Amino acid sequence: MFMDMKPPRKPSRLSRRALPWTAVVSLCAAILAWELVSRFSGLPAFILPAPERVAVRFWQALADGNLLLHTAVTLSEVLLGLLSGTVAAVALGYAIAKSRLFERLVAPYLVASQAIPIVAIAPLLVIWFGPGMFSKVLICALIVFFPVLVNTVVGVRAVPQPLHDLMRSLRATRGQIIRRLEVPAALPVLLGGLRIGATLSVIGAVVGELVGADQGLGFLVNTARGLYDTAMVFVAVLTLILLALALYGVVALMEKKLLSWQEVHE
Amino acid sequence: MSDPILTVRGLSVTFPDNNGGLEALDAASFAVRPQEFVCVLGPSGSGKSTLLRILAGLLAPTSGSFTFAGGVPRIGMVFQQSNLMPWRTALENITLPLELQGMEGNTARIKAQEMIELVGLQGFESNWPRDLSGGMAQRVAIARALVHDPDILLLDEPFGSLDALTRERMWSELSRIWQARRKTVLMVTHSIGEALFLADRVLVLTQRPGRIKLDLAVDLPRPRADEMRYTAHFGKLARKLKEAIE
Repeated sequence: MFMDMKPPRKPSRLSRRALPWTAVVSLCAAILAWELVSRFSGLPAFILPAPERVAVRFWQALADGNLLLHTAVTLSEVLLGLLSGTVAAVALGYAIAKSRLFERLVAPYLVASQAIPIVAIAPLLVIWFGPGMFSKVLICALIVFFPVLVNTVVGVRAVPQPLHDLMRSLRATRGQIIRRLEVPAALPVLLGGLRIGATLSVIGAVVGELVGADQGLGFLVNTARGLYDTAMVFVAVLTLILLALALYGVVALMEKKLLSWQEVHE
Repeated sequence: MSDPILTVRGLSVTFPDNNGGLEALDAASFAVRPQEFVCVLGPSGSGKSTLLRILAGLLAPTSGSFTFAGGVPRIGMVFQQSNLMPWRTALENITLPLELQGMEGNTARIKAQEMIELVGLQGFESNWPRDLSGGMAQRVAIARALVHDPDILLLDEPFGSLDALTRERMWSELSRIWQARRKTVLMVTHSIGEALFLADRVLVLTQRPGRIKLDLAVDLPRPRADEMRYTAHFGKLARKLKEAIE
Protein backbone atom coordinates (compact mmCIF):
# COMPACT_ATOMS: atom_id res chain seq x y z
CA MET A 1 0.00 0.00 0.00
CA PHE A 2 2.90 2.33 0.65
CA MET A 3 4.57 1.37 -2.60
CA ASP A 4 2.85 3.98 -4.72
CA MET A 5 3.37 6.79 -2.25
CA LYS A 6 5.52 9.49 -3.71
CA PRO A 7 7.11 12.04 -1.42
CA PRO A 8 5.98 15.62 -1.88
CA ARG A 9 8.62 17.73 -3.57
CA LYS A 10 8.58 20.21 -0.73
CA PRO A 11 6.34 20.52 2.30
CA SER A 12 4.01 23.46 2.16
CA ARG A 13 5.52 26.58 3.58
CA LEU A 14 2.21 28.40 3.95
CA SER A 15 2.46 28.42 7.73
CA ARG A 16 5.67 30.43 7.52
CA ARG A 17 3.96 33.41 6.04
CA ALA A 18 0.89 33.34 8.27
CA LEU A 19 -0.19 36.05 10.74
CA PRO A 20 0.52 39.36 9.07
CA TRP A 21 -1.58 42.39 10.07
CA THR A 22 -4.45 41.16 7.87
CA ALA A 23 -5.00 38.32 10.36
CA VAL A 24 -5.39 40.84 13.19
CA VAL A 25 -7.91 42.85 11.17
CA SER A 26 -10.02 39.81 10.29
CA LEU A 27 -9.95 38.65 13.91
CA CYS A 28 -11.22 42.04 15.09
CA ALA A 29 -13.92 41.96 12.43
CA ALA A 30 -15.04 38.49 13.56
CA ILE A 31 -15.30 39.60 17.20
CA LEU A 32 -17.23 42.69 16.13
CA ALA A 33 -19.67 40.56 14.13
CA TRP A 34 -20.09 38.23 17.11
CA GLU A 35 -20.80 41.26 19.34
CA LEU A 36 -23.39 42.64 16.91
CA VAL A 37 -25.17 39.31 16.50
CA SER A 38 -25.32 38.66 20.23
CA ARG A 39 -26.62 42.20 20.87
CA PHE A 40 -29.25 42.55 18.15
CA SER A 41 -30.43 39.00 17.49
CA GLY A 42 -32.18 38.74 20.85
CA LEU A 43 -30.65 35.29 21.48
CA PRO A 44 -30.42 34.51 25.22
CA ALA A 45 -26.97 34.38 26.78
CA PHE A 46 -27.09 30.60 27.28
CA ILE A 47 -27.33 30.22 23.51
CA LEU A 48 -24.88 32.92 22.43
CA PRO A 49 -23.01 34.82 25.14
CA ALA A 50 -21.55 38.20 24.21
CA PRO A 51 -17.76 38.48 23.78
CA GLU A 52 -17.31 40.55 26.95
CA ARG A 53 -19.24 37.95 28.95
CA VAL A 54 -16.88 35.26 27.69
CA ALA A 55 -13.90 37.48 28.50
CA VAL A 56 -15.13 37.98 32.07
CA ARG A 57 -15.71 34.25 32.48
CA PHE A 58 -12.21 33.64 31.11
CA TRP A 59 -10.63 35.88 33.77
CA GLN A 60 -12.72 34.26 36.50
CA ALA A 61 -11.70 30.75 35.48
CA LEU A 62 -8.10 31.86 35.17
CA ALA A 63 -8.12 33.56 38.57
CA ASP A 64 -9.57 30.60 40.52
CA GLY A 65 -7.00 28.28 38.93
CA ASN A 66 -9.62 26.05 37.31
CA LEU A 67 -8.74 26.85 33.74
CA LEU A 68 -5.03 26.33 34.25
CA LEU A 69 -5.60 22.99 35.97
CA HIS A 70 -7.81 21.61 33.19
CA THR A 71 -5.56 23.02 30.48
CA ALA A 72 -2.56 21.39 32.11
CA VAL A 73 -4.36 18.03 32.19
CA THR A 74 -5.39 18.22 28.55
CA LEU A 75 -1.97 19.44 27.49
CA SER A 76 -0.24 16.55 29.27
CA GLU A 77 -2.58 14.06 27.60
CA VAL A 78 -1.95 15.66 24.21
CA LEU A 79 1.82 15.71 24.62
CA LEU A 80 2.11 12.21 26.07
CA GLY A 81 -0.16 10.85 23.35
CA LEU A 82 1.74 12.70 20.65
CA LEU A 83 5.06 11.46 21.99
CA SER A 84 4.09 7.80 22.39
CA GLY A 85 2.14 7.72 19.12
CA THR A 86 5.04 9.30 17.24
CA VAL A 87 7.65 7.00 18.75
CA ALA A 88 5.61 3.90 17.89
CA ALA A 89 4.78 5.18 14.40
CA VAL A 90 8.37 6.13 13.56
CA ALA A 91 9.69 2.75 14.74
CA LEU A 92 7.08 0.76 12.84
CA GLY A 93 7.26 3.07 9.82
CA TYR A 94 11.02 2.63 9.62
CA ALA A 95 10.66 -1.15 9.71
CA ILE A 96 8.02 -1.01 6.97
CA ALA A 97 10.16 1.28 4.83
CA LYS A 98 13.16 -1.02 5.11
CA SER A 99 11.51 -4.42 4.70
CA ARG A 100 9.05 -5.38 1.98
CA LEU A 101 8.32 -8.60 3.82
CA PHE A 102 7.42 -6.76 7.00
CA GLU A 103 5.29 -4.36 4.99
CA ARG A 104 3.35 -7.25 3.50
CA LEU A 105 2.86 -8.73 6.94
CA VAL A 106 1.51 -5.66 8.71
CA ALA A 107 0.15 -3.37 5.99
CA PRO A 108 -3.26 -5.12 5.67
CA TYR A 109 -3.87 -4.73 9.41
CA LEU A 110 -2.81 -1.12 9.35
CA VAL A 111 -5.12 -0.30 6.47
CA ALA A 112 -8.00 -2.17 8.11
CA SER A 113 -7.34 -0.39 11.40
CA GLN A 114 -7.89 2.90 9.61
CA ALA A 115 -11.46 1.85 8.92
CA ILE A 116 -12.12 1.92 12.68
CA PRO A 117 -13.28 5.39 13.66
CA ILE A 118 -11.26 6.14 16.80
CA VAL A 119 -14.01 8.49 17.95
CA ALA A 120 -16.44 5.57 17.98
CA ILE A 121 -14.22 3.26 20.00
CA ALA A 122 -13.24 5.98 22.46
CA PRO A 123 -16.04 4.90 24.86
CA LEU A 124 -14.69 1.37 24.73
CA LEU A 125 -11.19 2.53 25.59
CA VAL A 126 -12.55 4.55 28.50
CA ILE A 127 -14.46 1.48 29.76
CA TRP A 128 -11.35 -0.67 29.47
CA PHE A 129 -8.76 1.75 30.81
CA GLY A 130 -10.80 3.93 33.14
CA PRO A 131 -11.70 7.63 33.13
CA GLY A 132 -8.19 8.73 34.10
CA MET A 133 -5.47 10.15 31.88
CA PHE A 134 -4.27 6.86 30.46
CA SER A 135 -7.30 6.23 28.25
CA LYS A 136 -6.95 9.76 26.77
CA VAL A 137 -3.26 9.36 26.12
CA LEU A 138 -4.07 6.13 24.32
CA ILE A 139 -6.73 7.77 22.15
CA CYS A 140 -4.31 10.59 21.25
CA ALA A 141 -1.58 8.10 20.42
CA LEU A 142 -3.92 6.08 18.19
CA ILE A 143 -5.09 9.16 16.31
CA VAL A 144 -1.55 10.46 15.84
CA PHE A 145 -0.14 7.09 14.83
CA PHE A 146 -1.26 6.69 11.23
CA PRO A 147 -0.34 10.04 9.67
CA VAL A 148 3.08 9.93 11.31
CA LEU A 149 3.56 6.33 10.16
CA VAL A 150 2.72 7.14 6.55
CA ASN A 151 5.05 10.14 6.55
CA THR A 152 7.85 8.09 8.08
CA VAL A 153 7.50 5.44 5.37
CA VAL A 154 7.42 8.04 2.61
CA GLY A 155 10.32 9.98 4.12
CA VAL A 156 12.62 7.01 4.62
CA ARG A 157 11.82 5.57 1.18
CA ALA A 158 12.61 8.90 -0.44
CA VAL A 159 16.25 8.92 0.74
CA PRO A 160 18.19 9.07 -2.55
CA GLN A 161 19.94 5.81 -3.49
CA PRO A 162 23.17 7.61 -4.54
CA LEU A 163 23.53 8.93 -0.99
CA HIS A 164 23.14 5.37 0.30
CA ASP A 165 25.87 4.35 -2.15
CA LEU A 166 28.08 7.14 -0.85
CA MET A 167 27.63 6.02 2.76
CA ARG A 168 28.36 2.42 1.83
CA SER A 169 31.47 3.32 -0.16
CA LEU A 170 32.68 5.07 3.00
CA ARG A 171 31.82 1.92 4.95
CA ALA A 172 29.37 3.65 7.27
CA THR A 173 27.79 1.51 9.98
CA ARG A 174 24.04 0.92 10.25
CA GLY A 175 23.85 3.47 13.07
CA GLN A 176 25.82 6.07 11.11
CA ILE A 177 23.53 5.62 8.12
CA ILE A 178 20.46 6.17 10.29
CA ARG A 179 21.87 9.15 12.12
CA ARG A 180 23.72 10.96 9.37
CA LEU A 181 21.63 10.05 6.34
CA GLU A 182 18.15 8.69 6.96
CA VAL A 183 17.07 10.91 9.85
CA PRO A 184 18.11 14.23 8.28
CA ALA A 185 16.88 13.19 4.84
CA ALA A 186 13.47 12.08 6.12
CA LEU A 187 13.07 14.96 8.56
CA PRO A 188 11.10 17.35 6.31
CA VAL A 189 8.42 14.76 5.59
CA LEU A 190 8.48 13.50 9.17
CA LEU A 191 7.92 16.98 10.58
CA GLY A 192 5.03 17.41 8.14
CA GLY A 193 3.45 14.34 9.73
CA LEU A 194 4.12 15.69 13.19
CA ARG A 195 2.40 18.95 12.27
CA ILE A 196 -0.75 17.04 11.34
CA GLY A 197 -0.36 14.78 14.38
CA ALA A 198 -0.11 17.70 16.80
CA THR A 199 -3.54 19.08 15.90
CA LEU A 200 -5.09 15.61 15.72
CA SER A 201 -3.77 14.85 19.18
CA VAL A 202 -5.77 17.75 20.64
CA ILE A 203 -8.92 16.34 19.02
CA GLY A 204 -8.13 12.92 20.48
CA ALA A 205 -7.77 14.26 23.99
CA VAL A 206 -11.03 16.20 23.84
CA VAL A 207 -12.96 13.26 22.43
CA GLY A 208 -11.68 11.09 25.27
CA GLU A 209 -12.57 13.69 27.85
CA LEU A 210 -16.05 14.18 26.44
CA VAL A 211 -16.67 10.45 26.70
CA GLY A 212 -15.71 10.22 30.32
CA ALA A 213 -13.28 12.14 32.46
CA ASP A 214 -13.05 14.06 35.69
CA GLN A 215 -10.52 16.63 34.48
CA GLY A 216 -9.47 18.42 31.33
CA LEU A 217 -10.91 20.96 28.91
CA GLY A 218 -13.31 18.43 27.37
CA PHE A 219 -14.59 17.69 30.86
CA LEU A 220 -14.95 21.44 31.39
CA VAL A 221 -17.06 21.73 28.22
CA ASN A 222 -19.28 18.90 29.43
CA THR A 223 -19.90 20.23 32.95
CA ALA A 224 -20.39 23.83 31.81
CA ARG A 225 -22.92 22.64 29.25
CA GLY A 226 -24.81 20.80 32.00
CA LEU A 227 -25.02 24.04 33.99
CA TYR A 228 -26.03 26.11 30.93
CA ASP A 229 -22.84 28.09 31.55
CA THR A 230 -22.38 28.64 27.82
CA ALA A 231 -19.80 31.37 28.36
CA MET A 232 -17.62 28.75 30.06
CA VAL A 233 -18.09 26.39 27.10
CA PHE A 234 -16.79 29.18 24.89
CA VAL A 235 -13.84 29.72 27.23
CA ALA A 236 -12.93 26.02 27.08
CA VAL A 237 -13.31 25.83 23.31
CA LEU A 238 -11.23 28.97 22.76
CA THR A 239 -8.53 27.58 25.06
CA LEU A 240 -8.51 24.38 22.98
CA ILE A 241 -8.08 26.41 19.81
CA LEU A 242 -5.17 28.29 21.38
CA LEU A 243 -3.65 24.99 22.49
CA ALA A 244 -3.84 23.50 19.00
CA LEU A 245 -2.44 26.67 17.42
CA ALA A 246 0.42 26.76 19.92
CA LEU A 247 1.34 23.13 19.19
CA TYR A 248 1.17 23.77 15.47
CA GLY A 249 3.35 26.81 16.01
CA VAL A 250 5.92 24.81 17.93
CA VAL A 251 6.22 22.28 15.10
CA ALA A 252 6.38 25.06 12.51
CA LEU A 253 9.17 26.65 14.55
CA MET A 254 11.02 23.34 14.67
CA GLU A 255 10.74 23.10 10.89
CA LYS A 256 12.12 26.60 10.52
CA LYS A 257 15.06 25.80 12.81
CA LEU A 258 15.86 22.33 11.50
CA LEU A 259 15.11 22.78 7.81
CA SER A 260 16.76 26.12 7.10
CA TRP A 261 18.78 24.34 4.40
CA GLN A 262 15.73 23.97 2.21
CA GLU A 263 14.25 27.43 2.70
CA VAL A 264 13.19 28.80 -0.66
CA HIS A 265 14.20 32.33 -1.53
CA GLU A 266 11.30 34.25 -2.96
CA MET B 1 58.19 -0.90 -11.47
CA SER B 2 56.20 -0.99 -8.23
CA ASP B 3 53.75 -3.72 -7.30
CA PRO B 4 50.12 -3.09 -8.20
CA ILE B 5 47.86 -1.59 -5.56
CA LEU B 6 44.82 -3.13 -7.23
CA THR B 7 44.63 -6.40 -9.10
CA VAL B 8 41.45 -7.42 -10.91
CA ARG B 9 41.10 -11.01 -12.12
CA GLY B 10 38.38 -12.21 -14.45
CA LEU B 11 35.64 -10.00 -13.09
CA SER B 12 32.22 -10.80 -14.58
CA VAL B 13 28.76 -9.55 -13.70
CA THR B 14 25.42 -10.84 -14.88
CA PHE B 15 22.30 -8.97 -13.82
CA PRO B 16 19.26 -11.19 -13.42
CA ASP B 17 16.49 -10.44 -15.89
CA ASN B 18 13.69 -12.40 -17.49
CA ASN B 19 15.69 -14.22 -20.16
CA GLY B 20 18.79 -15.75 -18.73
CA GLY B 21 20.43 -12.66 -17.29
CA LEU B 22 22.02 -9.55 -18.68
CA GLU B 23 25.78 -9.80 -18.97
CA ALA B 24 27.29 -6.44 -18.04
CA LEU B 25 30.93 -7.25 -17.61
CA ASP B 26 32.89 -10.15 -19.07
CA ALA B 27 36.11 -11.39 -17.48
CA ALA B 28 37.80 -8.04 -16.94
CA SER B 29 41.41 -8.38 -15.80
CA PHE B 30 43.89 -5.59 -15.19
CA ALA B 31 46.16 -4.10 -12.54
CA VAL B 32 46.64 -0.57 -11.27
CA ARG B 33 49.94 0.61 -9.81
CA PRO B 34 50.19 3.10 -6.93
CA GLN B 35 49.76 6.74 -7.94
CA GLU B 36 48.67 5.76 -11.40
CA PHE B 37 45.80 7.58 -13.10
CA VAL B 38 43.83 5.00 -15.07
CA CYS B 39 40.80 5.80 -17.19
CA VAL B 40 38.25 3.20 -18.18
CA LEU B 41 36.78 4.27 -21.49
CA GLY B 42 33.78 2.74 -23.12
CA PRO B 43 30.41 3.37 -24.73
CA SER B 44 27.34 3.47 -22.52
CA GLY B 45 26.30 -0.03 -21.58
CA SER B 46 29.86 -1.33 -21.50
CA GLY B 47 29.64 -2.00 -17.79
CA LYS B 48 32.21 0.59 -16.79
CA SER B 49 30.10 2.02 -13.98
CA THR B 50 29.36 -1.53 -12.89
CA LEU B 51 33.09 -2.16 -12.63
CA LEU B 52 33.50 0.87 -10.38
CA ARG B 53 30.56 -0.12 -8.20
CA ILE B 54 32.10 -3.55 -7.65
CA LEU B 55 35.43 -2.06 -6.63
CA ALA B 56 33.64 0.33 -4.26
CA GLY B 57 31.96 -2.64 -2.60
CA LEU B 58 28.47 -1.59 -3.70
CA LEU B 59 27.92 -4.64 -5.88
CA ALA B 60 29.09 -8.24 -5.73
CA PRO B 61 30.63 -9.73 -8.89
CA THR B 62 29.07 -12.88 -10.36
CA SER B 63 32.53 -14.36 -10.76
CA GLY B 64 36.14 -13.29 -10.59
CA SER B 65 37.87 -11.36 -7.85
CA PHE B 66 39.87 -8.26 -7.03
CA THR B 67 42.42 -7.55 -4.35
CA PHE B 68 43.79 -4.34 -2.94
CA ALA B 69 47.35 -4.42 -1.66
CA GLY B 70 47.18 -3.96 2.08
CA GLY B 71 43.70 -5.38 2.62
CA VAL B 72 40.46 -3.44 2.76
CA PRO B 73 41.10 -0.07 1.13
CA ARG B 74 39.87 3.37 2.03
CA ILE B 75 37.79 4.55 -0.88
CA GLY B 76 37.06 8.03 -2.13
CA MET B 77 34.27 8.06 -4.67
CA VAL B 78 32.92 10.79 -6.92
CA PHE B 79 29.63 10.16 -8.67
CA GLN B 80 28.07 11.49 -11.87
CA GLN B 81 26.03 13.92 -9.82
CA SER B 82 27.75 15.75 -7.00
CA ASN B 83 25.66 13.74 -4.57
CA LEU B 84 26.03 16.20 -1.71
CA MET B 85 23.83 16.08 1.36
CA PRO B 86 21.54 19.10 0.93
CA TRP B 87 21.21 19.58 4.70
CA ARG B 88 24.96 20.02 5.13
CA THR B 89 26.99 23.07 4.13
CA ALA B 90 29.87 22.67 1.68
CA LEU B 91 32.34 22.30 4.56
CA GLU B 92 30.11 19.87 6.48
CA ASN B 93 29.79 17.73 3.37
CA ILE B 94 33.55 17.49 3.20
CA THR B 95 33.89 16.52 6.88
CA LEU B 96 31.47 13.58 6.47
CA PRO B 97 34.07 10.85 5.72
CA LEU B 98 36.12 12.04 8.71
CA GLU B 99 33.09 11.96 11.00
CA LEU B 100 32.37 8.42 9.91
CA GLN B 101 35.91 7.52 10.97
CA GLY B 102 35.20 9.04 14.36
CA MET B 103 37.49 12.04 13.99
CA GLU B 104 36.92 14.84 16.47
CA GLY B 105 34.95 17.79 15.05
CA ASN B 106 37.56 20.53 15.17
CA THR B 107 40.32 18.44 13.63
CA ALA B 108 37.90 17.35 10.91
CA ARG B 109 36.99 20.94 10.13
CA ILE B 110 40.63 21.95 9.86
CA LYS B 111 41.32 19.11 7.40
CA ALA B 112 38.19 19.97 5.42
CA GLN B 113 39.30 23.59 5.27
CA GLU B 114 42.58 22.46 3.67
CA MET B 115 40.52 20.62 1.05
CA ILE B 116 38.39 23.73 0.43
CA GLU B 117 41.62 25.54 -0.38
CA LEU B 118 42.89 22.70 -2.57
CA VAL B 119 39.77 22.81 -4.75
CA GLY B 120 39.64 26.62 -4.65
CA LEU B 121 36.34 27.16 -2.88
CA GLN B 122 37.44 29.66 -0.22
CA GLY B 123 34.50 31.78 0.81
CA PHE B 124 31.91 29.12 0.02
CA GLU B 125 32.46 26.94 3.12
CA SER B 126 29.09 27.67 4.67
CA ASN B 127 27.03 27.66 1.47
CA TRP B 128 24.21 25.15 1.14
CA PRO B 129 24.61 22.80 -1.84
CA ARG B 130 21.54 24.37 -3.50
CA ASP B 131 23.49 27.64 -3.68
CA LEU B 132 26.47 26.07 -5.50
CA SER B 133 26.86 25.85 -9.27
CA GLY B 134 27.33 22.43 -10.86
CA GLY B 135 31.09 22.87 -11.14
CA MET B 136 31.41 24.08 -7.55
CA ALA B 137 29.30 21.23 -6.24
CA GLN B 138 31.50 18.73 -8.09
CA ARG B 139 34.60 20.37 -6.54
CA VAL B 140 33.07 19.83 -3.12
CA ALA B 141 32.45 16.20 -4.09
CA ILE B 142 36.11 15.82 -5.11
CA ALA B 143 37.24 17.42 -1.85
CA ARG B 144 34.99 15.02 0.07
CA ALA B 145 36.49 12.06 -1.79
CA LEU B 146 40.04 13.17 -0.92
CA VAL B 147 39.67 14.40 2.66
CA HIS B 148 40.09 11.04 4.41
CA ASP B 149 43.27 10.28 2.47
CA PRO B 150 41.86 7.32 0.52
CA ASP B 151 43.99 4.54 -0.93
CA ILE B 152 42.21 4.84 -4.24
CA LEU B 153 39.96 7.41 -5.86
CA LEU B 154 37.06 6.02 -7.90
CA LEU B 155 35.55 8.57 -10.28
CA ASP B 156 32.34 7.65 -12.07
CA GLU B 157 31.99 10.09 -14.99
CA PRO B 158 32.43 12.93 -12.51
CA PHE B 159 32.04 15.69 -15.07
CA GLY B 160 29.27 14.13 -17.13
CA SER B 161 26.63 16.50 -15.83
CA LEU B 162 28.64 19.69 -16.41
CA ASP B 163 28.56 21.95 -19.44
CA ALA B 164 31.46 21.64 -21.90
CA LEU B 165 33.39 24.72 -20.76
CA THR B 166 33.12 23.91 -17.07
CA ARG B 167 34.07 20.31 -17.81
CA GLU B 168 37.32 21.32 -19.53
CA ARG B 169 38.18 23.66 -16.69
CA MET B 170 37.58 20.79 -14.27
CA TRP B 171 40.02 18.61 -16.22
CA SER B 172 42.83 21.05 -15.50
CA GLU B 173 41.68 21.31 -11.90
CA LEU B 174 41.63 17.55 -11.41
CA SER B 175 45.00 17.22 -13.16
CA ARG B 176 46.46 19.83 -10.79
CA ILE B 177 44.90 18.18 -7.72
CA TRP B 178 46.20 14.80 -8.80
CA GLN B 179 49.70 16.20 -9.25
CA ALA B 180 49.50 17.72 -5.78
CA ARG B 181 48.14 14.65 -4.01
CA ARG B 182 49.47 11.78 -6.09
CA LYS B 183 46.53 9.50 -5.48
CA THR B 184 45.82 6.30 -7.33
CA VAL B 185 42.84 7.10 -9.54
CA LEU B 186 40.48 4.90 -11.47
CA MET B 187 38.13 7.01 -13.55
CA VAL B 188 35.29 5.97 -15.77
CA THR B 189 34.42 8.11 -18.76
CA HIS B 190 33.02 7.96 -22.27
CA SER B 191 35.02 10.94 -23.46
CA ILE B 192 38.22 10.20 -25.35
CA GLY B 193 39.51 13.74 -24.83
CA GLU B 194 38.91 13.50 -21.09
CA ALA B 195 40.71 10.15 -20.84
CA LEU B 196 43.75 11.33 -22.81
CA PHE B 197 44.00 14.64 -20.99
CA LEU B 198 44.00 13.03 -17.55
CA ALA B 199 45.21 9.44 -17.66
CA ASP B 200 48.51 7.58 -17.58
CA ARG B 201 46.74 4.59 -19.03
CA VAL B 202 43.43 4.06 -20.77
CA LEU B 203 41.51 0.80 -20.70
CA VAL B 204 38.95 0.49 -23.46
CA LEU B 205 35.85 -1.58 -22.77
CA THR B 206 33.73 -3.02 -25.57
CA GLN B 207 29.97 -2.78 -25.94
CA ARG B 208 27.99 -5.02 -23.55
CA PRO B 209 29.13 -7.36 -22.21
CA GLY B 210 32.12 -5.17 -21.42
CA ARG B 211 35.47 -6.76 -22.19
CA ILE B 212 38.85 -5.05 -22.09
CA LYS B 213 39.87 -4.54 -25.67
CA LEU B 214 42.80 -2.17 -25.39
CA ASP B 215 45.24 -1.14 -22.66
CA LEU B 216 46.89 2.04 -23.92
CA ALA B 217 49.73 3.86 -22.16
CA VAL B 218 49.36 7.63 -22.54
CA ASP B 219 52.87 8.96 -22.97
CA LEU B 220 51.96 12.63 -23.08
CA PRO B 221 54.21 14.85 -20.93
CA ARG B 222 52.97 16.32 -17.67
CA PRO B 223 51.84 18.80 -16.55
CA ARG B 224 49.43 18.80 -19.44
CA ALA B 225 48.21 22.08 -20.77
CA ASP B 226 45.24 22.87 -22.95
CA GLU B 227 47.36 23.28 -26.10
CA MET B 228 48.54 19.68 -25.82
CA ARG B 229 45.11 18.60 -27.00
CA TYR B 230 45.85 20.01 -30.44
CA THR B 231 49.18 18.21 -30.97
CA ALA B 232 49.65 15.48 -33.55
CA HIS B 233 50.54 12.86 -30.94
CA PHE B 234 47.36 13.54 -28.99
CA GLY B 235 45.43 13.12 -32.22
CA LYS B 236 47.16 9.83 -32.96
CA LEU B 237 46.32 8.42 -29.53
CA ALA B 238 42.74 9.67 -29.86
CA ARG B 239 42.40 7.84 -33.19
CA LYS B 240 43.69 4.61 -31.64
CA LEU B 241 41.11 4.83 -28.86
CA LYS B 242 38.36 5.72 -31.28
CA GLU B 243 39.13 2.68 -33.43
CA ALA B 244 39.20 0.43 -30.36
CA ILE B 245 35.76 1.62 -29.29
CA GLU B 246 34.24 0.96 -32.71
